[in-house]
Amino acid sequence: MIEVRDLWVDLGDFVLRGANLDISAGEYFVILGPTGAGKTVLLESMAGLYPLKRGRIWLSGQEVTRLQPEKRGISIVYQDQMLFPHLTVRDNITFGLKIRKSSPLEMEQTLGWLSELLGIHHLLDRKPGTLSGGEKQKIALARALSVRPRLLLLDEPLSALDPNSREVLQRELRQIHEQYRVTTVHVTHDFEEAIALADRVAVIGDGSIQQIGTPEQIFRQPSSEFVARFAMVRNIFRGEVRSSCKNEDALFDVDGIRLAVVTEHRGRCHASLRPEDIIVSHAPFPSSARNSFSGAITGVTDKGSTLLLTIKVPPDFVCLVTRNSFDAMELSVGKQIYITFKASAVNIF
Amino acid sequence: MVKEWVKSNKLTLTFVLLGAIIFLFVIIPLFRMIFASEPGILRETLFDPEVTKAILLTLYTALIATGVGFVLGVPLAYLLARHEFRGKRIVEGLIDVPIVVPHTAAGIALLFVFGRNFLMGRVFGSVGIQFVDSTAGIVVAMLFVSVPFLIDSAKEGFKKVDVRLEKVARTLGASPWQTFFKISFPLAWRSILSGNIMMWARGISEFGAIIILAYHPMIAPTLIYERFETYGLTYSRPVAVLLILISLIIFVVLRTLVKGGRKGD
Repeated sequence: MIEVRDLWVDLGDFVLRGANLDISAGEYFVILGPTGAGKTVLLESMAGLYPLKRGRIWLSGQEVTRLQPEKRGISIVYQDQMLFPHLTVRDNITFGLKIRKSSPLEMEQTLGWLSELLGIHHLLDRKPGTLSGGEKQKIALARALSVRPRLLLLDEPLSALDPNSREVLQRELRQIHEQYRVTTVHVTHDFEEAIALADRVAVIGDGSIQQIGTPEQIFRQPSSEFVARFAMVRNIFRGEVRSSCKNEDALFDVDGIRLAVVTEHRGRCHASLRPEDIIVSHAPFPSSARNSFSGAITGVTDKGSTLLLTIKVPPDFVCLVTRNSFDAMELSVGKQIYITFKASAVNIF
Repeated sequence: MVKEWVKSNKLTLTFVLLGAIIFLFVIIPLFRMIFASEPGILRETLFDPEVTKAILLTLYTALIATGVGFVLGVPLAYLLARHEFRGKRIVEGLIDVPIVVPHTAAGIALLFVFGRNFLMGRVFGSVGIQFVDSTAGIVVAMLFVSVPFLIDSAKEGFKKVDVRLEKVARTLGASPWQTFFKISFPLAWRSILSGNIMMWARGISEFGAIIILAYHPMIAPTLIYERFETYGLTYSRPVAVLLILISLIIFVVLRTLVKGGRKGD
C-alpha cells in the first residue's frame, strides 16, 4: 500500500537516516518513538508537506515522491487538531468535499455518516473554539475521513486529551478501523497506546527504525536494548473485562485467573502492571490489596541493585525486588511464593 | 489607611501621573482647536467648495493608494511571513525605510523616479499618466509613505496563522491558491484590515512628500498649509478642524467595526 524507501529527514536535533517502511492496505501501523521532533516530520514527509532530502515514496504502486499533497489522497490529523477556527464544525468537515465540488446530496450523506459514526450531530453548528479537546479531535478525524483517504495519518491523536476522552477516542479509533479498514499510520510515544491499536509497530529511536513487528513481538522479543528500555520490561496481558456481581470492581480474565481491576471498560482489552507495583511474600497476608496469587519463580534477571523475577501463576508476572529483599528472603528459581498488588495498580487499555 | 494604600501602590500612582501628562498633551490641542471654533465659521467652511473639494480629494486619493497597497503589499507580506530566504531581513528593513525618512526627502526621491524626465515618469508619460502636479502623483506619494504599515500588519497577521492549518487544507485537496483564499487570507483578515485602516489614515495625514511631488491639485493638508501661510491662523483653523473631525469619525467607526467582528469568534 505505502512503501517508503531510504527516507532521510534532517531537522538538526532530530535526524532519521534511511528509513524503510512497508505498510499493507487496511493495516493499522503505529510508529512508536520518544517524545520530541521527528515523528511529525516523518508523517508530513509521507503526505508531501515536508520536502524530502532523500528517499522515495510509493502509494498503491504509484510513485508519489514529487506529487503535490492535494493529489495524494492522504489525510492528516494533528495532535492539536488544527481545525479551521473561522469555519463551523460542519464547514470544517465538508471542507475537502467543497474543494472537490461534491454535490449537496453527497455532502449531506457524508456528514450524516460521520456524525453517526462519531456521535457529533449536536456539534455541527458550533465553532471549533467552543469545543473540548476530545470533541475537537473527533471533528479533526471526521474531516480527515470525509474525503475517503487512501491513507490516514494520525500524529499523536490521543496525547493532548484527558484520560477519559482518551479512552473513548482510542476505542473509537479501533472500532472505525475494524469497520472501514482505512490504512492508518499513527505515531505516538505511548507504548500502551501502540499495543492497544496496532496491527504492527515500528519503534524509532537514535535516528533510525529499531524494530518492526506485531505488538507481541515488540514487547516479548525486543531486538535491542533501546527497544527493551523503551518498551520497559513489564507485565502486559491480553484478556477480557467483566463486571463483578458482588461489588463495583471489575474483573479481568486472563489465562484462567481473575484480576480485580478498576475500569469502566468492558470487553476485550489489555492490562498492564508495573513490576515495581508487585509485592513478593512467602505467605499470603491480609491487606487492602485485592489481588493475591501464588506461583513459582521461573527466572531471575540480575540488574545490579535490583532483580527482575519471572513468576509463573499461570501467566508470567515480572516483579522487581531489591537485592536486599532478594537476599533476605532467600529467593531462587523454583521457589513457590505469593505476589500481591492493588486493583488500582492494574492499567486497563 | 490611605497612607498605606499609597505606599503599596507607588509604582501605579507614579505611572498614572506620567501617563496622564502625555495623554493630556495629545488631546488638549485637538480638543481646544475643535471647541474653540465658532460653529458659524465651521459651517461656512463646510460649504466652501475649495475646502470640500480638497477634503474629498484627500479621502479619495488615500483610498486609491490603500487599494494599490493592498493588491501589491499583501502578497509580499505573505511571502515574508511564510518563507525564509537570503536577504529577507534586508527586504524587511528596506520596506520600513519610508517610515523613518523625512517625508520631504521622500518626495524628492520620488520626483527622481516619477518626474517627467525620469524613468517611471517617462514610461507612464507615454500612456498619458503624469505624476507631477496630478492626482496620480498624490497617490504615489501616499503609497510610498504609508504602505509599510499595511505590509507589517498583514505580515504579522499571516505569521499568526499556523502553517499546519494550510497543510491540512492541502491534504484535503486544496491547491495553494485555494488554501490561500480559503484559509490563510480569511484568518489574517483582521490584521490586514487594520493594516488597511492604518495605511489609509496615514495617507490622509501625509503632507511632506505630496507638496514636493504634487502641490496641485490641492489636498486638505496642503490647503491648510496654504491658508495658514496666506491668511493666517483664523482661516486655516476651520479647515484643520474639519479634517480632524472627519478623520476621527472614520477612524473610530472602522476601529469599532474591526473590534465588533472579533467578538463573534
